[in-house]
This record gives sequence, structure tokens and C-alpha cells, in this order.
Amino acid sequence: MKIDLTVNGRAASGEVEARTLLVDFLREQLRLTGTHVGCDTSQCGACVVMVDGKSVKSCTMLAIMAAGCDVTTIEGLANGAELHPMQQAFMDNHGLQCGFCTPGMVMSGLDIVNRHGRDLDAATVRRELNGNICRCTGYQNIVKSIREGARAMGD
Amino acid sequence: MREQGIGASVRRKEDQRFLLGKGRYTGDINVAGQTHAYFLRSPHAHAVIEGIDTSAAAAAPGVVAVLTGDDLAADGIGPLICGVTVTSDDGEPHRAPAHPALAQGKVNYVGDHVAVVIAETLTQAQDAAELVDVKYRPLPAVANTGEAAGDGQQQIHEVAPNNVCFNWPFGDKAANDEAFASAHRISGIELTNNRMVTNPMEPRAALGEYNSGTEEITLHMTTQNPHVHRLVLAAFNQLAPEHKLRVVGPDVGGGFGAKIFVYAEELVVGWACRKVNRPVKWTGDRSEAFMADAHGRDHVSRAEMALDENGRFLAMRVHTTANLGAYLSTFSTMVPSYLYAFLLAGQYATPLIYSEVKAVFTNTAPVDASRGAGRPEATYLLERLVDVCAADMGLDPAEIRRRNFIPKDAFPYQTPVVQCYDSGDYEAALDQAMELADYAGFAARAEEAKSRGKLRGIGFSSYVEACGIAPSAAVGQLGGGVGLWESAQVRFNPTGNVQVFTGTHSHGQGHETTFAQLVCDQLGVPFENIEVIHGDTARTQFGMGTYGSRSLAVGGVAIAKACDKLIAKGRKIAAHAMEAAEGDIEFADGNYTVAGTDKSMNIAEVAFTAYVPHNYPEGVEPGFDENAFFDPMNFSFPAGTHICEVEVDPDTGVVEIADYTAVDDFGKLVNPMIVEGQVHGGIVHGIGQALLEGCRYDSDGQLVTASFMDYAMPRADNAPDFRIGYAPTDPPHNPLGVKGCGEAGAIGAPPAIINAIANAIGVSHVEMPATPETVWRACQSAA
Repeated sequence: MKIDLTVNGRAASGEVEARTLLVDFLREQLRLTGTHVGCDTSQCGACVVMVDGKSVKSCTMLAIMAAGCDVTTIEGLANGAELHPMQQAFMDNHGLQCGFCTPGMVMSGLDIVNRHGRDLDAATVRRELNGNICRCTGYQNIVKSIREGARAMGD
Repeated sequence: MREQGIGASVRRKEDQRFLLGKGRYTGDINVAGQTHAYFLRSPHAHAVIEGIDTSAAAAAPGVVAVLTGDDLAADGIGPLICGVTVTSDDGEPHRAPAHPALAQGKVNYVGDHVAVVIAETLTQAQDAAELVDVKYRPLPAVANTGEAAGDGQQQIHEVAPNNVCFNWPFGDKAANDEAFASAHRISGIELTNNRMVTNPMEPRAALGEYNSGTEEITLHMTTQNPHVHRLVLAAFNQLAPEHKLRVVGPDVGGGFGAKIFVYAEELVVGWACRKVNRPVKWTGDRSEAFMADAHGRDHVSRAEMALDENGRFLAMRVHTTANLGAYLSTFSTMVPSYLYAFLLAGQYATPLIYSEVKAVFTNTAPVDASRGAGRPEATYLLERLVDVCAADMGLDPAEIRRRNFIPKDAFPYQTPVVQCYDSGDYEAALDQAMELADYAGFAARAEEAKSRGKLRGIGFSSYVEACGIAPSAAVGQLGGGVGLWESAQVRFNPTGNVQVFTGTHSHGQGHETTFAQLVCDQLGVPFENIEVIHGDTARTQFGMGTYGSRSLAVGGVAIAKACDKLIAKGRKIAAHAMEAAEGDIEFADGNYTVAGTDKSMNIAEVAFTAYVPHNYPEGVEPGFDENAFFDPMNFSFPAGTHICEVEVDPDTGVVEIADYTAVDDFGKLVNPMIVEGQVHGGIVHGIGQALLEGCRYDSDGQLVTASFMDYAMPRADNAPDFRIGYAPTDPPHNPLGVKGCGEAGAIGAPPAIINAIANAIGVSHVEMPATPETVWRACQSAA
């Protein structure tokens, strides 16, 4: 079946099976491979995207459920080569190592800002990152990145 | 120091592409005409295969081929090999059962590879796999490490009686026994080192392409060591001749050891793409990673220390049973032997150490190196034992360590277990850690916690590890089949920018930045004009890859040596151009200068001259491009003291890491920001082992922790912010003065945490993972 939606501000459409997951549609049909798949039980958060302004694990959503929606992926944040303040904060604070969980961490960071505002304490960020797993960083610098990114988003 | 040279916390070159979503991992790559592979895996831990009927699957929509072990054998592919020989106590080599990449007549663990279905789409391959009819005759399974070699256990492999791979005693038993016989006191401990699933966040994947015109196979795959994969696949698995096989490890989403090894899937993908003459792609999912990635740890040990009346260590004896799983993974045998028993001295001047290691087969996934590999197991056993000794002797845990440390003026220090430590000042690290952790204030904090109903404990861990793997001659003497040098090529382009080709592989460590800092410093080339290239056997000359915290200590030195050669060659070119004697040319900060004059030439101009040699010294080759190999003279020995404070809720058994301090000796730091990130990640890996992670098989060999819902990975709220310090010493044999930092946290953390929990509750031991149930039971037993 055919779906039409908006992805990163542009109209997109595609033919999908009923069982096609949103993450597979984004990666395989739209070739937006920045959204990653790190598990098969919706635990790791490497596939987090924004759907109509709310964070969603794109492995938990069928592509057809996103019909008519406005989807933002990691590829939709920067202005050309100029990083979004949240992305910049990850670079400045060494908030990433292998980069695989990073897109999901950045998207979850934005979602935390949406729900808790720009003045975030570390405990809130640590608690809110419960749905994102990173094996490399030990989280300390991710927490620091999200707090700093949140502050910088108002500048 | 240049602004972006050695010692600067330069932002990483890698980050821009990862943050833009422009990383290129194996799973991100699609090629025209590609097919998809899906592996049919054994649901049984142990079974005879009485027949496989693939006809219905082969006829299913979109199916290109269904291949089994018979097809693999007919083509002469495989079997998978183990590259390190350990001699058993009967003088024979370790027992090595055949390890086919697709099962031939028998399966030996849940997840073992039975067949591969190749189809136009992944879903077609998955659907067709359900139509493959496999007739299994289940056999009893062996799943318990401690019991595997016991009487009456089911035999797994004919070549390995009693399921024993090797018995490996090491040390002078008679002298050791004598020391124990005359000891003031003997302290002992029995413990398990819990089995871990390594779990880099990117699951394994492979994409094979065959060009029938050139007869070349190109294999993109999740690898920590592309050339090692090419070497083994070519030389031992008969996939293709080495010069007709290209292995590419593009961006790789973490490794921690799990992506070192030659696995069935990648070999089968490489073979199948030629067989069906179409590109074949396999993307493993997390369930497959749990079932079929090599796991880590899984020891059952007992250890005793003989002490004199002052708490000095006289001798130690250790017995360990190590589970190697159903088959021998690529480097499995060396992990519980050379990487374990040779580290049992730790930071202490214990004169006698005797160890016996029994390695066993079980019906579980193969076990191999995982972040630290052998060293975490040695450190955990030793540092737990030291705390038991302290309690038995009525000594402070810091004091008993201090009394037994190898003194700083004793380096290089020959341990009784082969290793000769390069440099160290263990007291300096301990002192700094105690200062940072405010050890003096602990009693007051514990008292305050008590007022809130919490038990606060403190734990020490003073570890040493062997990194910078490894001197090739030593590897050869130990039965290893490879040399562990590293290589580099440093190439100036005519326009003055530099490409650095390294045989190491970066999958999170930030080599593209750290190595550029080395070259920036040494050659005086602007940081932004340097590009580090790795991970492709067609681009880098050769390499042994990244593991054992070796990349900077071995690979970095190879880069420095290639730079030395460039500087030397440039001196001749500059001397000729400036009409001076070569001996009068000085090189500093990127400029060749005629001594005592203001005549000078930048190295970029020299490079240009080398490619446009119109006015050029006689006998000097054109071009400005050098390579170098470096074989280390010794391992490097990072060391440090970690101090953990926990608060235990005795009503629930929940453990909170209240504070954590790490003071490490990594030698010189090239990029402190990156080093600190490695330490953070390692500590949290260790927190995972100590508190959360435990891979479990039931008595039938079923994997009961097969997803992130059953296997608890550390998450952001499982750790506090860390206090980090450094107590560097200068390793005399390493030209860069570096030691390696990637595994230290995972080695140092588990004993610090468990020592803290035992201290809080007032018991001698708590097993890992110290889950609330385990800790609550320990609290009950102490009460």
C-alpha cells in the first residue's frame, strides 16, 4: 500500500507492506540511514525519530501508521553543515564514540528538552535516557551534552 | 605543544559525520542486485541432525538459494579455526573439535548455524527459512561451567574426553606448596566470574560481492581487524586467495572484542556471493548477537593466599575452570591462559604464584575475548582475595595493598608469571585516589547513610593489565599463529596535505583524531590537513587491527616511525634546494632550516619538490610517502587504583553507586578528552558486570537472557559522574611513552564495586551480578 508523509520537511511517499516498520521504510526506501537499529525489542533507542513533534522508537511503529505524519530524523536537524545546537553540544562534550547510538541519543535529548525545558539537571536527564542504551561512553558525557545542548537551544 | 598536537583535547574529526547521520556502517550499504541472507539456527543446545529437507524453502517466492553444511563441505570452505595453541598437561595440544560454519550432522548450541536462505528480500528469506525441515534428535546438554568436566556428563565432542579442552598448570607447585605449609595464615575465596554478552550497539553485518571477471570477493563487514579477517579467511577457510579478497570495515558501531573473530556468518556470506553470483547481505539482529556472538568471561575459581604475620603475600594458588563454549572461537584459548594467569601477580610483589586452568566445552555459544579479556577475570579474583586477606588480618584494605605493592624503584619488574612490568608507581595512584575519594571522610559518610537506613561501603581495586599487544616473538613462543606488529603509511600529497594509513581500526576510539594529533605534532602539518584512513585492505598496506588497547601503543608508534623516515628524506631534499649540507639542516615545527641562518623551507614545499623534482638531489627517489612497521619490545602495563562507594538498601537489596574514583597510569595522554571517555565507558562496562549483566543458560542449554529485556545493560541512571585522575609513569620501551586505556575501566571496576558491597553489608563475598535479590539475600545472611 502507498503512504504519503513529510520527512525532514519534504514530502515523501512509498509503497510498503503492512508489516513494514517505520525504521525500515526510512532506512531502506528513503535511504535515511542515520536512524539505526540496535535491537529487536524496542529497548536500545538507536532508532528514535520525531513523529509530529514527539519522540518515537521507529521500530515500534508501522510505516503505514506514519501516513500523513511529519517525521524528523537525525538528517533533518542541521542547517547544511552547521550543526543543530544539540548536535554541537555532543561534539563539544565528547558525547559520542562509535556513533551508533548517537542519532537516537540526540533525538531523545531534543525530546527531553521538549518535555522538561532547557534548564535540565543531571538526574532528570539520566532518568529520561532510560530508553536509550550506549555501550561506549558511560553516559556521563551524553548527559553533559544534553544539558549543554538544551541551554544552547535558546541562544 | 602545538594547539592541536599531543596533549590537547581536540574535538574529534569523526563526530561531524556521525552527528549528521552520515556515518556509513555495513548495514547502511546497499548495492545493485543484492540479495539477503537469513540464517536458520538451532533451537536445540545439543542435537544430532538426522536430515535437512530444503525443497519447500527453495521453491518459496523470491528464494535464490538454500545452502547447508553439505554445500559448504563440497566447496571445501572452512572449518573455522582457533589461532592460539595451549599445551595441555599431557603434553598434547589443546583439544580442537571441528568447527564447521554450517552444521554438519550435529548442532552444539542454541543459535548454531544450520542453513542459510538467500532471497530477493529479507522477509522472503525469513519466511522461507520456516519451510526448511530439519529433523533433530536432541541429546542431553551440558551448560554448567563448574560441572562440565564432571563424571557422567554428556560428551559433546569425541576429541575432547570429559569435555576438557585443556588442563594448564603454570608455576612451581612444589615451592608454592612449601610456602603455604609454613605460612602464618591462609586466606581463601571461591567465586564465579559471570558470563557476559559483549553487545556493541551495532549488531554484526556483512555484505559480500563477487566479480566474476576479476574473481575478486569484496566483503564489507563489522570488523575490528580487516587484515586479520582477510588473512584467516584466505589462509585457513579457503574463501579466496589473499590477493583476491578485499575486506572493508567501514564505520563500525563498537567492538569491545566481539568483532575481532572470524565467525560463520561472514564466511558464509563471502562464500555464498560467489556461489549465487549475486551480492549477498546479512544484517544480524540483537537476538542473533545474544545467541551467536562470542561471549566473555565465565570462570569458576578458587584462590588462596599465604600470608606472613605482617600481612605480606608469600604465595598464591589458583584453580580456575573456564568455559569456552561449544567450539573454539578464533582466540579463545589464550584468554583464560596467557591473558589470565600471566596477570595474576597484579600490583603485588608476591614471590610465588601457581595456577591451574581447566578449560571446558559446554553447549553454549563460544567464549572469547571481551573488553579486558582474561585481565578482568584475573583482577577480580586477586582484588577480591586481597580484601579477604585484609579482613582476615585486621588490616585496612589500602594498607594491605600498600604493604604488598611492587615498589616504584623496582621497575622494570619481573613477575613470577612471565610478564616483566615496564614502569609503575602504584602508591602514587593509590594516594591520589584516596585523596580524590576523600577516604578520610568515609566513616562520617557511612554514619550519615546509616541515619537514613542505608549501608554505605567502600571498595578498592588496584589493577594492572597487559596492553600494547604484542611482541611478535613472545606471541610465537606462546603458541600464537600471528605476529602482532602494526604498520603505517604516511603520504604527503603534492599539495601539502597528508594521508595517514593505519592498520588499526577505529570503532569508537577516535583514531582519526588521535593519530592526526601525532602527525600534526611531529610533522608540523596543520591538523585539518591530515586525514587518517583505516579499515580497508585495499587502501591500507597491512595491519593487525584493534584490540588489547594496542592501537596507540603499537599503531601510533608505527605512524611516528613513518614520520621519522619522511623527515629524514625531506632533510636531503631541503639541503639540496637550499644549497646547504644535509648535516646543517634542522627540522622543527614543520620547517627545515639551515642552522644559523634564516633560510628555511616548509615540509609542504619539500613534499611538492619531491613530486615535481626539477631541482633534486642525486640518488634520492621522487615522492614523499613512507611506510613503517613497529613490533613492540614488550607489552605495556597500564595500572591504577579505583575506589568505589556504594549505598545498599538492606530492605530491597538495591545498590546505588554513590561515588566512584579512578586514578590510572596510561603513560602519556595524547587526547585527554578521548582518554577520559574511554575510562568512563570502561567503568560503566564494569558496573554492568558487577551489578546487572549475567548471561544465563538453563540446564537444558536454552539461552534465557536473549534480549535487552532479559539481559540488563547498564543505562544512564546506573552510574554517577566519576572522579578521574592520572598518575602517569614513563614506559621505557615505548617510543611515544604511551600505554593504552581502552580496557582499564572494565578491569578495575568490578572488584572495586563488589569490595564496596561486601564492605557495606559486612560479608566476605557477594557474587556478580550483585542484583537486588543477591544483595538482599546477603544482607539477610549477615543480619
